[in-house]
Amino acid sequence: MTDEVIRLDDVWLYYDGMPALEGINLSLYRDDFLGIIGPNGGGKTTLLRLLLGLVKPSRGRITILGEPPNKGRKYMGYLPQRSLFDSDFPASVMEVVLMGRLGHTALFRRYNSADRDAAIEALKRVGMLEHKDQQIGKLSGGQQQRVFVARALASDPEILLLDEPMASVDTPMQAGFYELLESLKRKMTIVMVSHDIGVVSAYVDKIACLNRRLYYHGTKDLTKHDLEEAYQCPVDLIAHGMPHRVFEEHKDQ
Amino acid sequence: MIEALMQYEFMHNALWAGLLAAVACGIIGTYVVVKRMTFISGGISHASFGGIGLGYYLSHYISWMTPVIGALIFTVASALGIGMVVRRSKLTEDTAIGIMWSLGMAIGIIFIGITPGYIISDLFGYLFGNILIVPISDIIMMIVLDAIIIGVVILLYKEFFALSFDQEFSTAAGIPTERLYLILLGLIALTVVLLIRVVGIILVIALLTIPSATARQYTHSMKNMMWLSILIGMASVIGGLRLSYELDIASGATIILFSAAIFTISTIFTRLCRHRTHSEAISTD
Repeated sequence: MTDEVIRLDDVWLYYDGMPALEGINLSLYRDDFLGIIGPNGGGKTTLLRLLLGLVKPSRGRITILGEPPNKGRKYMGYLPQRSLFDSDFPASVMEVVLMGRLGHTALFRRYNSADRDAAIEALKRVGMLEHKDQQIGKLSGGQQQRVFVARALASDPEILLLDEPMASVDTPMQAGFYELLESLKRKMTIVMVSHDIGVVSAYVDKIACLNRRLYYHGTKDLTKHDLEEAYQCPVDLIAHGMPHRVFEEHKDQ
Repeated sequence: MIEALMQYEFMHNALWAGLLAAVACGIIGTYVVVKRMTFISGGISHASFGGIGLGYYLSHYISWMTPVIGALIFTVASALGIGMVVRRSKLTEDTAIGIMWSLGMAIGIIFIGITPGYIISDLFGYLFGNILIVPISDIIMMIVLDAIIIGVVILLYKEFFALSFDQEFSTAAGIPTERLYLILLGLIALTVVLLIRVVGIILVIALLTIPSATARQYTHSMKNMMWLSILIGMASVIGGLRLSYELDIASGATIILFSAAIFTISTIFTRLCRHRTHSEAISTD
């Protein structure tokens, strides 16, 4: 299967006349797992927001399964970088996960049993079902993150967008989180944004580097040249304990 | 005897007005508190004074116009206006609210001033409430506004819930959050108008926040928070009215003080309970 799931054609985005993203071209196919790395402020989160239609490109075209982003939202599950809410917000875990079903339930209607089943299924998948009636703010950061992953999965998405999923996961829970990622791999198209090159390289199939421009060759390989261009400084290629090699050997010069 | 009955009749209307206001406060106040919309609600309530002034002035020229109808139209329009300005322009939200807040007041003061033969106590009534002279027509309007608020919240409960929790995610999930937010602002405007008679423009914000803030200390469910806020609002109205009657002091302000007292006692009480269970947990370890 080589269906094109996400396509960006020469996408530019300006904020106050300053380019935030320049000439992004990207094609992702069904069940691809793309990791996007890059420096802070390089536009990683902005790119995800473009895919979701939360911001509109100044120039260029984005299609999600052949549709514009605001129509394509229904195919996507989204894990924001962080959800800011008051710790005593009156919401249970179940109510939060059900929000993932908003796009599948008509306005004015209550959630139905199919929505509840999907939410429960998603909670099982992240191992948080026994907490379903707890108040969301009373959970630890790592547990909350799992609930938000469940919320992203509750819509049975074809595309999963993860923004820094490891950022608020405490170390003991990271292993479990990797397992979760493994189990989702090849079941849906996944785009994961992270500043952590080690994490990205260990789990994804393809890597892109983003700093206003996207450095991407449709593979897991990035050249030293790409990274230096993106990070605007010499990049140290030594990384410890990486299961896979990320970078091509330094051949030239 | 007749005088006493008259007194009773007035109290009767006042009580109904207060209870009807408590319903709207409990529901909309819950959103104001959890979505942190206190400042914008303050802006909307103060802007409503512009509508009061316009209505007061125009009621001399248009037969169906009253200050309350003027406030209704003007407040809803300014709430929607501020919502759209904040979304579409580069103005920061708090600046825009500040402008609307004072602009509304200024319009109100000017129009009341140029109204032929205006009475200063009328002005005072709208600013600080005058629940003891609520006419039956206002009670009917309050019932209608309550019905609209309840109906919309039932229909859009899950959308408003998601909007309050995480607006960006809700947009990404595919619901029209921008329009929903405007509808919520519109409902706040209706609630403000409902409350003007009871506590007045200046004190509206208290009844929009205190009962819900109190309720929040006891429940982790938004629906329960709404029910509890309504009950606390009603208790404040009944207690405050009674007290103001006994002591012959301003009723709107007494209702607010009564609800603030409930909030204070409740805060101390819940703190003590939490402290107690906490120390028990330590001692059993």
